[in-house]
Amino acid sequence: MMRRFVLIAIPYAWLLALFLVPFAIVLKISLSDYAVSIPPYVPQFDWAEGISAFLAELDFENFIWLTEDDLYWKAYLSSLQIAAVSTFLTLLAGYPIAYGMARAPEEWRPTLMMLVILPFWTSFLIRVYAWMGILSNEGFLNQFLMWLGVISEPLTILNTNSAVYIGIIYTYLPFMILPVYSALERLDGSLIEAAEDLGCSRLTAFWLVTIPLSKNGIIAGSFLVFIPVLGEFVIPSLLGGSDTLMIGKVLWEEFFSNRDWPVASAVAVVLLLLLIIPIVLFQRNQQKQQEAEQ
Amino acid sequence: MNRMTWFNAVSLTLGFAFLYIPMVILVIFSFNESKLVTVWAGFSTKWYGELLQNDAFLNAAWVTLKVAVFSSTMATVLGTIAAYVLVRGGRFMGRTLFSGMIYAPLVMPEVITGLSLLLLFIGIGLDRGVLTIVLAHTTFSMCYVSVVVSSRLVSFDRSLEEAALDLGCSPAEAFRLVTLPIIAPAVISGWLLAFTLSLDDLVIASFTSGPSATTLPIKIFSAVRLGVSPEINALSTIMISIVTVGVITASLVTKHQVARQKREEQAAVRA
Amino acid sequence: MIHFQNVTKRFGEFTAIDNLTIDIYEREFYALLGPSGCGKTTLMRMLAGFETPTEGKIFLAGQDIAPVPPNKRAVNMMFQSYALFPHLSIWENIAFGLKREGMPKHDINDRVEEMLRLTRLEKFARRKPHQISGGQRQRVALARSLAKAPKLLLLDEPLGALDKKLRQDTQFELMDIQEKTGTTFVIVTHDQEEAMTVASRVAVMDHGKIVQVATPDRIYETPNSVYVADFIGDVNLIEGTVRPNGGGSYAMSWREGQPPLNVQSGNEFSDGQKAHLAIRPEKVSISAEKPAAADNAVQGRILDIAYLGNISTYHVELPTGAVIKAQSANTRRIARRDFTWEDSVWLSWTATAGVLLAE
Repeated sequence: MMRRFVLIAIPYAWLLALFLVPFAIVLKISLSDYAVSIPPYVPQFDWAEGISAFLAELDFENFIWLTEDDLYWKAYLSSLQIAAVSTFLTLLAGYPIAYGMARAPEEWRPTLMMLVILPFWTSFLIRVYAWMGILSNEGFLNQFLMWLGVISEPLTILNTNSAVYIGIIYTYLPFMILPVYSALERLDGSLIEAAEDLGCSRLTAFWLVTIPLSKNGIIAGSFLVFIPVLGEFVIPSLLGGSDTLMIGKVLWEEFFSNRDWPVASAVAVVLLLLLIIPIVLFQRNQQKQQEAEQ
Repeated sequence: MNRMTWFNAVSLTLGFAFLYIPMVILVIFSFNESKLVTVWAGFSTKWYGELLQNDAFLNAAWVTLKVAVFSSTMATVLGTIAAYVLVRGGRFMGRTLFSGMIYAPLVMPEVITGLSLLLLFIGIGLDRGVLTIVLAHTTFSMCYVSVVVSSRLVSFDRSLEEAALDLGCSPAEAFRLVTLPIIAPAVISGWLLAFTLSLDDLVIASFTSGPSATTLPIKIFSAVRLGVSPEINALSTIMISIVTVGVITASLVTKHQVARQKREEQAAVRA
Repeated sequence: MIHFQNVTKRFGEFTAIDNLTIDIYEREFYALLGPSGCGKTTLMRMLAGFETPTEGKIFLAGQDIAPVPPNKRAVNMMFQSYALFPHLSIWENIAFGLKREGMPKHDINDRVEEMLRLTRLEKFARRKPHQISGGQRQRVALARSLAKAPKLLLLDEPLGALDKKLRQDTQFELMDIQEKTGTTFVIVTHDQEEAMTVASRVAVMDHGKIVQVATPDRIYETPNSVYVADFIGDVNLIEGTVRPNGGGSYAMSWREGQPPLNVQSGNEFSDGQKAHLAIRPEKVSISAEKPAAADNAVQGRILDIAYLGNISTYHVELPTGAVIKAQSANTRRIARRDFTWEDSVWLSWTATAGVLLAE
């Protein structure tokens, strides 16, 4: 009995101390005020004054500030938009690849699978960096397009939202391919044959049978892309321009450049509130899938 | 059903070209003579030489490696325990909160995790350095480990543990002699996952590191912000090669094992 | 040797074992038989120590075993999935329990060799579980659970994973090993044929209760309830009301316009009581002419014939619409079979052929 208690207590205490408590601190600081001091916020908690005096000084000023300054809500909106659009684009790019993998000869599949997973183990930062040399004005993409004669002047891609989209699709593609592939691979080939036998063309069979049966994979993949992209920092800061507004970047700058911890904390709290909806939906989908498998 | 239509062939070719061409270009231009990363000026390995002389990078690499080894090992221990508790612990007070805390860090934006941990370390007056990065990395990677391990534990035939108890093992012995050896592959992949996550992490490390400890990703990030540089290409090439060799070896080993197991099972059925 | 005293086990709302009292004797081969969900596995897991009774007590050799954890019980179990340790060789699997006991090394060697001989696995000692066939795995599991020479061996559906032919061979092997080692075996199964073949006593369970405990032949010949009669083998059930004729003889009226049936019964019934007559198909004979000296005879028409090779089962529809099954051995070639579909035939049986049951 004692052993069981200790076993539960160790990871529990760790997570409480290093996950939940820090989070409570963020919440608390988001309700505090900015001050030129170290650390740069008031009120500081003081045992002598008691909890009620401390609580009385907390307010929602920072949150009101977030609604008043249009920088923030524009950043939230543009993050949501970028996340939604890039999720859709990743799906468009990933689905055919997953489909091709699932229909490839059986002996190829482990190799193809490995090829998808390999970038996943490679440094995220390096993969984003790889595009900097490609997308810049004198980069390979422009060289290539000019050589083809499609364009005569180099296009400005790096430091625009387009570069951000390319970067996101590139880095998050494996997250989309893997769940879709595992849904498609399980799909019984005779179902398509049955649909064709019952008078579907190949395209309608795909639309009426394959797509609905890979729905769970599509949903899982979309959430796996959407959720992390919403708080993405590296891609917009390396590939995006000064007009690329993403909330992860705003939070970073608020914290490191402006040293306004209370506002940064408020930004984090709102971001988390935004994320709760997709996370809950994602979990429901996973649960449903698990139940269906049992 | 398995015939490759031209559509599938094209989508696979384009897809993998998209995934790999940027990395291939990156690797090729690490051997470029010129400082310009976009114009080929002849083969050279001089950037590797310069990289090896760059103490700042070497120090950062050393710090990163230390952090990764410590944090992934701790994360593996904690994550395995957490997985065991989640799958086998039965009901206990606050179980929902516990499983929530295991899954939440997986979907938490890194900026928030980093920010909250930094505020904690400042709040308790812990100096930022290697220790704080290790703590931070352990916390988020233990969740990944516990997801990997618990998915193995769920499919684990419980009667194996019962058989061990039945044959006279104490619960601790049953875990050590039966459960652990069987889930070892999952524990090892958990460790590898934690290790890579720690190696790759930029955001959380930026928040939790201090002037005394700079990790490689932080170093790369600050260099890259100023634009592309052949030294970074060289560094990237080294990292990509290590991962490639590792992943290919691992998948060959697995393939070999699976093939052998299949062969032996078939032989057993025939006998 | 084992005594269950008013044992009840509940899982939340669900009652798996309901106030059950049974005894299992030394050197017995005891079968717990019932459909899935009847509580037989729970009963066994309580003996092994993986479940504790909600109420009541279990005694092993006179000692209450409730406080003894599974690893300290002189009871071993053979798991349905065999639960062989995949990372250990056959030899190490069998030696596993002995090592935990702290037995000296050469004794372990001897014991493992003995077990390998007993289960004819000497050739496979160094293999891993995935390198041997299903039947061999089953024997390894048996050897492993017997290695510690337990007082009591529990077998959870031990043959469920084997195909039919192998299962029959293994049943006799099990009986052989039980005889050689003198261990008390308790086997859980849902396969009535298996229970009847291997066990010296069979306990039929339903909904957490023991319905009947008896030797296999008594279970088959004199079931104590309609449930047991129906669960074990094939049976015709005829419902009616009885009138005692004295001397254990009863007249059972079962259909309007049909003569009452003559039944001998050991169970007492009162006048006008409702009862079921259970008759095994092989005790019903089929003939073209009305037999002269039969206690009971009814006429009907052949509806269906199931040819099973050694025997055939005839489904005969009576004028009342009821269908009665009769079996006869196929002592002649099929071409010379006496009866075919739609034939009008007579079914007959003796007064002692069936059992009269209250419910």
